[in-house]
This record gives sequence, structure tokens and C-alpha cells, in this order.
Amino acid sequence: MAAITIGALTKEFPGGVRALDGLDLTIVDGEFFALLGPSGCGKTTLLRTIAGLESPTSGSIRIGSREVTPLPPGARDVAMVFQDYALFPHMTVQENIAYPLKIRRQPRPARAAKAVSVGAQLGLDGLMARRPAELSGGQQQRVALARAVACHPSVFLFDEPLSNLDARLRLEARTFLKRLQRELGVTTVFVTHDQAEALALADRIAVMEAGRIRQVGTPREVFGRPANTFVANFIGSTPMNLLPGVVSGGRVELSGQALALPPSVADALGDGEKVIVGVRPEYVSLSRDRGDLAGAVSIVEHLGTSSLVTVEVDGLLVGATVPEDTEPEPGTPVWLTPSPARVLIYRHDDGTLVG
Amino acid sequence: MIPTVVRRIMFYVLVGFGTAFFALPVLWLLSAPFDDTPTYAVRPPREFTLANFQAILDNRYAVGSLVNSTILSLGTMVLVVVSAALAAYALSRAQVPGRDALIYLLLLLSSVVTGTAAMVPIFLLIFELGLIDSHFGVVLVLSGGLLPAAIFLLKDFIDTIPRSYEESARVFGASPLQILRQIVVPVARPGLATIAVWTVVQVWGSFLTPFILLRNQDKQPAAVLVRTFYTEGGSPNLGLIAAFSLIYSIPVVLMYLLAWSRYGFRFHGGIKS
Repeated sequence: MAAITIGALTKEFPGGVRALDGLDLTIVDGEFFALLGPSGCGKTTLLRTIAGLESPTSGSIRIGSREVTPLPPGARDVAMVFQDYALFPHMTVQENIAYPLKIRRQPRPARAAKAVSVGAQLGLDGLMARRPAELSGGQQQRVALARAVACHPSVFLFDEPLSNLDARLRLEARTFLKRLQRELGVTTVFVTHDQAEALALADRIAVMEAGRIRQVGTPREVFGRPANTFVANFIGSTPMNLLPGVVSGGRVELSGQALALPPSVADALGDGEKVIVGVRPEYVSLSRDRGDLAGAVSIVEHLGTSSLVTVEVDGLLVGATVPEDTEPEPGTPVWLTPSPARVLIYRHDDGTLVG
Repeated sequence: MIPTVVRRIMFYVLVGFGTAFFALPVLWLLSAPFDDTPTYAVRPPREFTLANFQAILDNRYAVGSLVNSTILSLGTMVLVVVSAALAAYALSRAQVPGRDALIYLLLLLSSVVTGTAAMVPIFLLIFELGLIDSHFGVVLVLSGGLLPAAIFLLKDFIDTIPRSYEESARVFGASPLQILRQIVVPVARPGLATIAVWTVVQVWGSFLTPFILLRNQDKQPAAVLVRTFYTEGGSPNLGLIAAFSLIYSIPVVLMYLLAWSRYGFRFHGGIKS
């Protein structure tokens, strides 16, 4: 059990690529923490630097009260699960799970007993004598988790633990992973590029872009009030509407039509200031007779229990979700009304949230 | 248009001729040693006999030459497998500028500058080192010739072993030596076995290098000794040659079968293939 404190961490690869750029982050003891971001944002580099597989150019990492920056991976008391699970193909499931204990020179019977008990805990009984190649993807993932659990680390590091599973299994594994982390209460950092996975699993999320952290917060905060347009764009299964506009007399003009500014931000903005209005399609209601913005239906996409309707409002494309079976036909004139409490205003020049 | 049936018949006839061409020497090798008056013809033994094998046991050098072949093969194999494994692992994992160019250059040089072309300088080198007539000198020269190809093949093999195996073991606290012994070598075992078998076969059949570097007949391997099997009349002693060749080929065949049944000559690592 340990908190992780990262101070001014920078990692520069040969060739001048800055994977991590002066990063500060504190991960609380026992927390399930997600590092989320697009490919190449430095999230995996950060995880590998915490593990000790990469050494930082500058900055420090503390696990609990120990300064681990100069320590090799094996001395950091962490366990890592790799994206490809990295199960040793020449060892049985039991030998794989017991491998960390073998490295610690525990006696053979103790190793076997521990491997069997951890294996049973993760639903692997009956598979202990098999080799990794004889297991399904989900079973391989559980073996990798069991191997990490068996070495009782103070921190778990998961690198895209679910991305090699098919979509259905991923949901099951997600629930399993969250329950396991709750039971063990071990500080866990996991890397993902899937925002839905991060929202579902994590206690807190750090959204990263180009080696920097753009926002740290609970899933609710990150989803409900993204701190900038990058996070707003990245989080959410349907892309957030980000509409350029200009402030004028307590309203925002969007290419010909206008929306009321949320009262909380009205004071912070002067007339003529350029802003971006952000509102999720889920928070935009669609009506055939009245509303704030008039337009015509352009595309309808089915999402299962709901549909995403893209409406053209004076040249801007605005998305709104509607329940199934109430989709309008393309070409229908409709009205859109963003839910006032859910409208977010970003500054046009740096994309930060106002208010 | 030729009808399909005719085309198929022509195909099988052609395959039949090809097979016969390669099968004839093998059949001769299986029948001639047991013939009391062997000729170059392939035929069942006229009079079944084991006298030819007895003659080999009576020959002063025959058994010793097989021992010499074994010493040379195993010595070269150990040297090649160990050095090629270490070199290939380092070349696969370390970022060395110009690494690929270096490997290709080595491979190119070792195949262009053949043993025959380099024989005079090699002889002089070994002579200066005082290693003429020693097995060690032959092992060194043969290893030098085989190493570039062995490193090239093994590097390709080790490249297919995911680095995450080693990284995973490192996070669990394994030392580099433990990683090599417990992870890399077992995972690379099929590749190492392939290189080992290939090396043994190469050395077992090599003639020129041991012929030139070993003057003493007591030290010569089987491939060199077989040229001395003549009758008093000066014609090849076919019975002796055939029986000796049969014995000489058995270890190689056995090794192939063993390695094939255990490893199937895979040339990739990892779980999914």
C-alpha cells in the first residue's frame, strides 16, 4: 500500500522527442488511477517510468515514503501487467504465477501453495498445468493478473490490460478487474486509450496529451466539466459539440443564431470575445416545433437504444441524441435546445474552460 | 490443350524420375555394406555378410576417426552456439548504429570469401599460432566460418521474442543472468537447437579444413579418412567405403530426427504464431 508522488518528471528520448514534459502527479494510496490519452501522448512511457523500465531525464518518483527514481525495477516493489501479458510460454500457468516468488528465493512448496491459492482466487483452478498457448485470451489475462497479485506489491501497473480482449469479454474483465482492485486495495495505475474503460474503472483519471496532463479528476468531473476543449473532445462515446461563437450582450452568437450564456460565466466574458460552446449530444434535446437553435436534420446514426442526430444549424453541425424510434427523417426542420446547466464555455484562444 | 489426365501422368512420371535420382545413392548405401562383393550397381546383397563392418573395426584409424569427428563437431557446436547466442542476443536488444549493415557485411564476406579461397592465409595463420595438427585449431577455423550465418539466423529468431518477457521478469526483480537463463534461453531453445544441429552437420561433413590442418592420421575425422580406403590393388575398397559411410551417416540422421521431433525446427518465438 503506497501513494505515488511524481515531481517535475521529464523523459526525453534520443532524437529530442519529449514523451513526458515536466509532469506533476500524486496518486493516492489505494486508488484505482487511469492514465488516459490518445496514442503517443506519453501515458505508456509514464507507466514504464514508474515501473523503472525507462529512466527519466529529470524529475523524481516516490512510492510511499521511498524515493525510487534511482532504483532498478525489481527493487521498486511494483508489479506490472503488460498489454500482451508477457506470460512465459515455456512455463505452465502455475510456474508463471510462482515466477516472482522463485526470484525471491521462496522455497518450492510455499511457491506452489501461493500459486494455487492465488490461481483459485482468480478462477484459474483446473488450468494450473496448462501452458499459456493453451489458454484463451481472457484466461491469459487472468494468469497475468494472478502473477502480479502473487508477488504482493505495493503498486500495480497495468498497461492496456483489456485491449487484447474481444468486446464482450472486455466488459466482463472490466468488472472483474474493478472487483479485484477493491478487494486487494492496492494502489493501481492503468493505462488506456479507451475513455469508456477509464470512466468505468477509475477512481480518478489523468487525461494526457503530448507528454502533459491536461486534466486530473474523478470520472464525473472529467466527463461533466472537461477542463479544456482537448479533454472535451476526447471524453465521451459521442463527440461533444464544440461550436465557435462570439459573446454579445449576455448571449453567444453562433453563425446567425444565439444561445443564452450560462449565468455563472456571463460576468467573466466581455462583449466581442470569441468563445467555443461545448455541449454533449446527450444534453441537447430535439423538438419539431420550438427551441433555441433552428436547423435541418442531416444524418441519423443508430447507437442501439438511442440515435445520434446531426443537425445542420446555419452551416454548423450540431449533434443531439434522441431515444430510439423517435428519429426524425433526414431533411426535417427541427429545433435544438441545449440543457442550460450543461452548457460549457471555452476560451477560443487557449481552449480552457471559463468558470 | 493437353487433357488433365495426361498432364497428371506426365507430372507423376517426372516426379518419379526425380525421386529415383535422389533415392539411388541412398539405396546403394543401404545394400552395398551388406554385400560380399559390392559394385557400383544398386542391387540387393548377393551374399549377405557383415564382414565389411568387421573390416572397419580392424582398420587402425576408422573408429578413432569417428571419435575425432565427434570431438570436432561437438567442440565447434558448443563454441558456435554459445558465441552466436550471446552475440545475437546483444545485437537484437542493443541499439548499435550500423548494426544491420555489420551483420549483412559479415554474412556477405563469409559466403563470398569461401574456405577454399581463404585456405592459404588460414593455413599460415594457424601455422603461426602453432595449432597445426590440433583439434582446437580446426574448431576455431570452422567456428569462424559458421558464426556469421549462425548469428544472422539467431538474431532473426531472438527478434521475434517479445521484449515484454524480459521486461516482465525485470519488474519482478530478476537479474540479467536469471533472465538469460530462465527466460531467454528456454524460449530461444528451438532456435538454439536448430543452430546446434546445423553446426554439427556442417562440421561432420567438412573435408578441406581438417584435411589441410590435420597432418597426423590419428587425428583426422571420418570425412577425411574415408579417402584412404583403397585395396592393395589401388582401386576403391567399395565394401569398406559403403559400410563406413553408413556408420558415418547414422549420427546425422538421428540428430535430425531427434531435433525435429522435439522442436520441429520452429524459427519463431512467442506464444501465438
